Amino acid sequence: MALHVELVAVEREVWSGEASMVVARTTEGEIGVLPGHAPLLGELAEGHEVRIHQEGGSELAVTVGGGFLSVTDEGVTILAETATLPGESTSA
Amino acid sequence: MGAQLRVYRRRIKAVQSTKKITKAMELIAASRIAKAQQAVNAARPYEREITRVLSALASQSTIDHPLVNEKPNPSRAAVLVITSDRGLAGGYSSNAVKQAEALGNLLRGEGKEPVSYLVGRKGQAFYRFRNRPVEQAWSGFSEKPSYAHAKEVADTLIDAFVKPTEEGGVDEIHIVFTEYVSALTQKATAVRVLPLVVEESDAPPPDGPLPLYEFEPGPEALLDALLPRYVETRVYAALLASAASESASRRRAMKAATDNAEELIKSLTRAANSARQAEITQEISEIVGGASALASAGTE
Repeated sequence: MALHVELVAVEREVWSGEASMVVARTTEGEIGVLPGHAPLLGELAEGHEVRIHQEGGSELAVTVGGGFLSVTDEGVTILAETATLPGESTSA
Repeated sequence: MGAQLRVYRRRIKAVQSTKKITKAMELIAASRIAKAQQAVNAARPYEREITRVLSALASQSTIDHPLVNEKPNPSRAAVLVITSDRGLAGGYSSNAVKQAEALGNLLRGEGKEPVSYLVGRKGQAFYRFRNRPVEQAWSGFSEKPSYAHAKEVADTLIDAFVKPTEEGGVDEIHIVFTEYVSALTQKATAVRVLPLVVEESDAPPPDGPLPLYEFEPGPEALLDALLPRYVETRVYAALLASAASESASRRRAMKAATDNAEELIKSLTRAANSARQAEITQEISEIVGGASALASAGTE
């Protein structure tokens, strides 16, 4: 079972796809979300990376500037104020 | 060349060059509409998600937050008016200002004093000309607003809202912006942003009941962080819609101007042609008259 992940920044949708795990740091501490995680709403800590372990083993590390993490039965939504994908110089 | 003909030719040339300018502006505005709409669509996922998250939070905890609570005896209301930086956009800015005037009168009728916040140079010109007090004004981004601009505006408004009324704070915040209905219709609209109305419906949402969330940090802290973001999103959406409307409005105004110039060129060309014809006729009759005068002089 895969986890559907949507990463939306304020000005655009940055990334969406399937993942096996999402690791993020909320203001309370680091959290790893696997498929079937209980619904959760968290505030992301400033200036940390959100790591999305994609299906197939590759890892996507996204620098996120402030935002929220919402886990529901349908998947994970990361609401970021700004998000920079690796290899992107401009932030959204 | 006759004096009249020369005047006509000069006017045709002037109108033609004006037409070139308006046509170019029309095309630029048309491409800006598409870009502005892309921005509106790109901002939509975030708006949708934050609304969902907020309503999930609202349905599971009793919301008691300064940004949500109605203040007792509201006496001052902030009105943010979004206008354009540049003119030549038909009635775009004046419609927004008119809507703001109507809202101002309504607020005054309810015993609240409107406090003006402005976006766009045109709105500022209107208020300055009438010597009206303006609390704060921004300009330079009406056609291409970014989230940073929206954040700046929203944070100023939130600060004013949080401040006690006696110290110059406000009790309500309204936004007047221009809704983009279609390429042909844009509507100046007023909405109240703060205090927020969080919809807490008892009926289960269509896609089943909202899940029971864990909160990290607690609901109150989350609300503290979420609500300002939500207000920023609202301001951002209003700025984006206004930008799209501004371009659409400008495109329409410039199209009308181009059509008008074409019409003018047509009628001026007609007038110039008949002036030229009259000139030729006159020349011929002068020659004929001269020749017959010579001929009659010779026979005598």
